[in-house]
Amino acid sequence: MKAKINGTERELVDGATVAAVLALLGAPAAGVAVALDGEVVPRAAWPTTTVPEGGVVEVLTAVQGG
Amino acid sequence: MDDPLVIAGREFGSRLVMGTGGAANLSVLERALVAAGTELTTVAMRRMDAGGGTGVLELLRRLGIETLPNTAGCRTAAEAVLTARLAREALGTSWVKLEVVHDDRTLLPDPVELLDAAERLVDDGFVVLPYTNDDPVLARRLEDVGCATVMPLGSPIGTGLGIRNPHNIELIVARAGVPVILDAGVGTASDAALAMELGCSAVLLATAVTRAQDPELMARAMRSAVEAGRSARLAGRIPRRFWAHASSPDVDA
Repeated sequence: MKAKINGTERELVDGATVAAVLALLGAPAAGVAVALDGEVVPRAAWPTTTVPEGGVVEVLTAVQGG
Repeated sequence: MDDPLVIAGREFGSRLVMGTGGAANLSVLERALVAAGTELTTVAMRRMDAGGGTGVLELLRRLGIETLPNTAGCRTAAEAVLTARLAREALGTSWVKLEVVHDDRTLLPDPVELLDAAERLVDDGFVVLPYTNDDPVLARRLEDVGCATVMPLGSPIGTGLGIRNPHNIELIVARAGVPVILDAGVGTASDAALAMELGCSAVLLATAVTRAQDPELMARAMRSAVEAGRSARLAGRIPRRFWAHASSPDVDA
C-alpha cells in the first residue's frame, strides 16, 4: 500500500505501524515527533498505530532556527 | 539569583534569549551561545531528513541551555497548534515560542491567527510566548488569554532595523502584567540596550549575532548591552531638558 511520508509517496507493507515507518527512515529514538493525518501520534502509541492506505505521515525534529 | 527574569514561575539569570538560525555551523553557534550567556534558546521544527536531526538539540543539552521550540513557518492557527503539539512530543517541553506569520516578504505576525492559536495552546496547557506586532492592544489581548510573555517586534525579522516605534514598546511595557521580551529587528548592541531601557524584561535575537562578521564578539556585545540597558532602566534616567543645565557650581557662588 502507499502512504505519503514527509511529502514523498512510499510503498509500505499492509498494516505497517508508525514505529515501522520510523525505523524505515532511520529516526533516532529521541527528539522526533509524528503526526498521522494531521493528528499527533503519542510516542507510546507508535508500535500499535497502523498507517492507513493513503495516510499522510509527518516526522518532525528540531533544527536550527528562530 | 540577583534580579532574575521570571517566566511562568521559572527563573533565568540571563535576560538574553537567543535563536539558533543563521549560524554558519554548529561550532560558530556554540561559541556565540556561550559568549551570550543565554539560558533559553529557540529551535525550529522541521521534517526529519534521512539520517536524523542537525545536532542542535544535543548542543543545547550539552551547554545546559533550555530549549524553546518555535512554530516558525506556520501561517494559520491550526498549523501552529499542531506544530506546538509535535514539539511538545519531540522535546518534552510544554513551552512554545508561538509564531504565526502572514507572508514571507514581511514575516509580520498575523494577529487574528496568532490570538486564536494562543488561546487554543493556553487551553491545552502550553506556556505560550507569542511573537507579536508592536501593537499595545494585541499585546493586552494575548496576555488576557493567558500568554506567559508578550514578545513584540522592534522591526521585521532579520532586518536589523532596530526599534521602529519605541513609544509602542513603552506603551506595551506600561500596561503589561507579564514579561515583555523584544523579539526581532535588533541589528546591533544599542538596539538591545534601548529595548531594556524602554522597560523590556529581556531581548530575543539571532540574526544580529549569527550573521555578524564575528558572531562570538557580537554575542558578547549583546550580553553587555542587555545588562547595561537593564541597569540603566533600574537606575532611572534623568529627564530630557530643552536648555542646558550646568553640572558645575556657579562662578559667582
